[in-house]
Amino acid sequence: MKYRKLPFPFEIYEVNLLGANDKMLLEISEEMGLSLNLTEMKNIKEYFRRKGRNPTDIELQSFGALWSEHCRHKVFKGMIVDEDGNVLADNMLKNFIARATEEINPPWIISFLADNAGIVDFDRGYGVAAKVETHNHPSAIDPFGGAATGIGGVIRDILGVWGEPIACIDVLCFGPLDYPYEKLPKGVKHPRYLFRGVVAGIGYYGNNMGIPTVAGAIYFDEGYVGNIIVYAGCVGVVPKDKYVFRVKPGDKLIVIGNKTGRDGIHGATFASAELHEKSEETSRPAVQIPEPIEEEKLRRVILEIRDKSLGSGVSDLGGGGLAVGAVEMADRAGCGLEIQLDKLHLREPNIAPWEIWVSESQERMLIAAPAENVDKIMKIIESEELEASIIGEFTNDKLLRIYYSGAQIAEIEVNFLTHPPRFVGRAMWTPPKYAEPELPEPEDLAAELLKLLSSPNIASKECVIRTYDHEVQGNTCVKPLQGDHAGPNDAVVIKPLDDSWMGVVISVGLKPRYSLIDPYWMAGSSIEEAIRNNVAVGGRRIAILDNFTWGNPEKPDRLGALYRAVKACYDFAKAFETPFISGKDSLYNESPLGPILPTLLITGIGIIPDVRRAVTIDLKDPGDPIYLLGVTRKELGGSEYLRLKGYVGNSVPRVYPEESKKIFGFITEAIDRGYVAACHDISEGGLGVALAEMTLSSNRGMEIWLENALHEGISRNDYLLFSESNGRMLVEVKKQFEDEFVKLANMLGISFSRIGYVSRGSRLVIHGLNSEAIIDLENSELRRAWKGILRL
Amino acid sequence: MIRVLVLRAPGTNCDKETARAVREAGAAAEIIHVKKLIEDTIDLLDYDGLVIPGGFSYGDRVRAGAILSAKIKSKLWDKFKEFAEDTRPVLGICNGFQVLVELGLLPGLSYGDEPVAALVPNTLARFEARWVYLKHVNRNKCIFTRSLENRVLRMPVAHAEGRFMAAADIVKRIIENDQIVFVYVKPDGSLAMGEYPYNPNGSMMDIAAICNERGNVMGLMPHPERAIYSWQLPEKISDGYADGFPIFREMVDYIRENIK
Repeated sequence: MKYRKLPFPFEIYEVNLLGANDKMLLEISEEMGLSLNLTEMKNIKEYFRRKGRNPTDIELQSFGALWSEHCRHKVFKGMIVDEDGNVLADNMLKNFIARATEEINPPWIISFLADNAGIVDFDRGYGVAAKVETHNHPSAIDPFGGAATGIGGVIRDILGVWGEPIACIDVLCFGPLDYPYEKLPKGVKHPRYLFRGVVAGIGYYGNNMGIPTVAGAIYFDEGYVGNIIVYAGCVGVVPKDKYVFRVKPGDKLIVIGNKTGRDGIHGATFASAELHEKSEETSRPAVQIPEPIEEEKLRRVILEIRDKSLGSGVSDLGGGGLAVGAVEMADRAGCGLEIQLDKLHLREPNIAPWEIWVSESQERMLIAAPAENVDKIMKIIESEELEASIIGEFTNDKLLRIYYSGAQIAEIEVNFLTHPPRFVGRAMWTPPKYAEPELPEPEDLAAELLKLLSSPNIASKECVIRTYDHEVQGNTCVKPLQGDHAGPNDAVVIKPLDDSWMGVVISVGLKPRYSLIDPYWMAGSSIEEAIRNNVAVGGRRIAILDNFTWGNPEKPDRLGALYRAVKACYDFAKAFETPFISGKDSLYNESPLGPILPTLLITGIGIIPDVRRAVTIDLKDPGDPIYLLGVTRKELGGSEYLRLKGYVGNSVPRVYPEESKKIFGFITEAIDRGYVAACHDISEGGLGVALAEMTLSSNRGMEIWLENALHEGISRNDYLLFSESNGRMLVEVKKQFEDEFVKLANMLGISFSRIGYVSRGSRLVIHGLNSEAIIDLENSELRRAWKGILRL
Repeated sequence: MIRVLVLRAPGTNCDKETARAVREAGAAAEIIHVKKLIEDTIDLLDYDGLVIPGGFSYGDRVRAGAILSAKIKSKLWDKFKEFAEDTRPVLGICNGFQVLVELGLLPGLSYGDEPVAALVPNTLARFEARWVYLKHVNRNKCIFTRSLENRVLRMPVAHAEGRFMAAADIVKRIIENDQIVFVYVKPDGSLAMGEYPYNPNGSMMDIAAICNERGNVMGLMPHPERAIYSWQLPEKISDGYADGFPIFREMVDYIRENIK
């Protein structure tokens, strides 16, 4: 018999681990929904053999939650070997991601890769905290609830470093919206249904909370039909002197917020498994229920406790619920923990202790506080009409002990709970060989440009962005949509402090299609793009966040690709001196259609000393010269242009850090000196699309000569227009400062070319390499193509 | 010191920037939870002005603003009525406008205590955030806009339920009484005539803001507190105040001249 009910007046079982063979161990893992593998189960069995007893169900569930990939990052911290068993990486998180930050070692980092969110220094005694999470699996089952609770969770991560949320970020990846229904595998929902639900969920939560949703991206690719991506991010400000963690034995543990119910049971383990046909039935309870008004109260409570310095520690209750939140807090404090689980306020009666322990009911947080502050804290909670329970106390020994109605039902070493056996994975990567296509040069390049403007990855996302309140709090300076024509600004700027002109600059970089060719350059390009977007509006001193979404790492090709991408993270973070401050990985994104398109989201958090200097995308003044910074190379691989033609290609854009860095330094200086009227980075769709976007964001026109653009190895107009080479920016220079601008560019030795000027009319005229006009389009035509495609 | 109460309830989320706008205009702003008024630890009548800011009070359950107004109606109605009849200024922004209409304080008390207008779901049936152009059309009744003449102003809207509706006879009275304050217009100042996106929600007569018969209670869907400083504007990031500021300044000036 595997399970024996214990003689208590509530539901608890003893699990016969000691008498279980390997087959039974795996059955137990499966039956209890633990998602633990045989090595892990044997490890636990051995632990309890030494203790001389069998575990209870709640003890085993603790391992299921705490040892999940979602919570422990076993792959990133694991050992990666090549086909011959040689070690490629021993702890990628430490030796690639964290090492980059340690070696750059900037004085302005307050906390990195340790707490609920990364924190960098800001102004007037404040730091800026940032965190980005994934909520892919729940959103694939219940797009509205999954996305909303994703936002809710990441907001609590900011509260979990005593931060006040000032902005939300959302980056979404779906299958093509016109994907044929008949091609969908059973159990997979249609991209349009998922898209609508996710967008509605994000808007619902952020709008209700009163946090502006300002930055993001939406990307469509066949590689996301079986698994979608929902990245939810949040940025906040935190007074540095209030950023404390000093939990000590004797401190009380308080759960604040929503009642605990049966929702979100096994969310963390669900997030660490593959999706399958039955996910809908088996995993529905894993999806949580969003209640933003509760979180709005929670925010006020946490910030008041912070301001009055009443708490010694704070943490979000997210994946794995109390099991993870409480144990990790004890681990960090080097304490033990005694829990009175029956003290917690519940949504429904008759929930088994283990369910209470791992429930992921939303809008709950943990506060640790010295006993003498507890009454004051409870008063604050009451005044906001929230509920709370004092459920435990930190202890001197390093044991987790759980009691229910006076009976002890668990006792495990905290240290053991937070140290699963190490993952060892085999990695293999063979570069895929997509042929570089031999295309005839199209006759009508205007038609090609319009087609690109209405390709879903380039087309305006206005219909989505408008459903998010991006102005609430009244501090959004550079907005996601520029002006009356809703131009696509490269990054947003928030001015969070009333007594400082300094702004937080938020940008993203996302180049998933390049991973079809080489994940190394995909990662490099994503990093470079996040930085370039940030710099384009005036950002500098940029910290970055990494969010990997990958397939099953136990399969060598997936792991091999991941290893390449992680290596690029070290190389380019180091080269650009942009330290990682926070990150998160979502692995096991597989479906009957295979693995997800390997995706790395890079979020850039920069600063601008004076928000009034920030630069937007729209053309300003007729007669102003247009400069192109950087060199256009024949790098069509993975481009939107080739996608339109039905190809992937091979010549993936490279990153030239020395070249890019010089350009970044130059444009920052030019912006600070007031030379720059408008600026835009060049990305999907290349130079042609970037020129069109600047034009359609304004009521002006442009006259451009491609022959003047610096290029290498290109002799065709379409390649020059649509190559996606990194490192390039378009700049409208204020004509009165043109000489100074050029002098500065020459002094810094950057690659630049004067390619045209802003015209009085409203036409975009582009002359080809032989000087003939190859594109001549009215601004309204550009706008129609760009805006007409995406619908909710 | 002039004291303005900025009312909040669970889900109110524009209280901080609204209080900032009131302070910028020279008054003391206190953000007060409706619970404190109901418990009677704070007395509304101790204040010179009242602002009900935007947000989603009580999660917009039932209807936007319905629950907060029901609480006020059942527990605080006498005070609110007295406050308004005493011609102290009351400003409702977005969700606050919805509350004032639910209460019947707009279009006004002489219409009776029951609501006679509504802010119904936008024609497009979704939440939408965008900057709009407003024209001031009030002929000197509204105390919040006395200096504005025929100006065209820019402010953002962000709501799902902002489409003003009322029966024909009520609309007629509102027009005759000079109770329309702002209408949505095109960038050149010409009437939106219901055209999207200039009129973002399908409001009757392009109505964006109304006041009561005496001009001391105003509700508007756009957010003036997000257009206080010129750095908040979509274009021309520079120094100085933006178009939403005069509303708060007029409120404080009015209190200084008439109440204090």
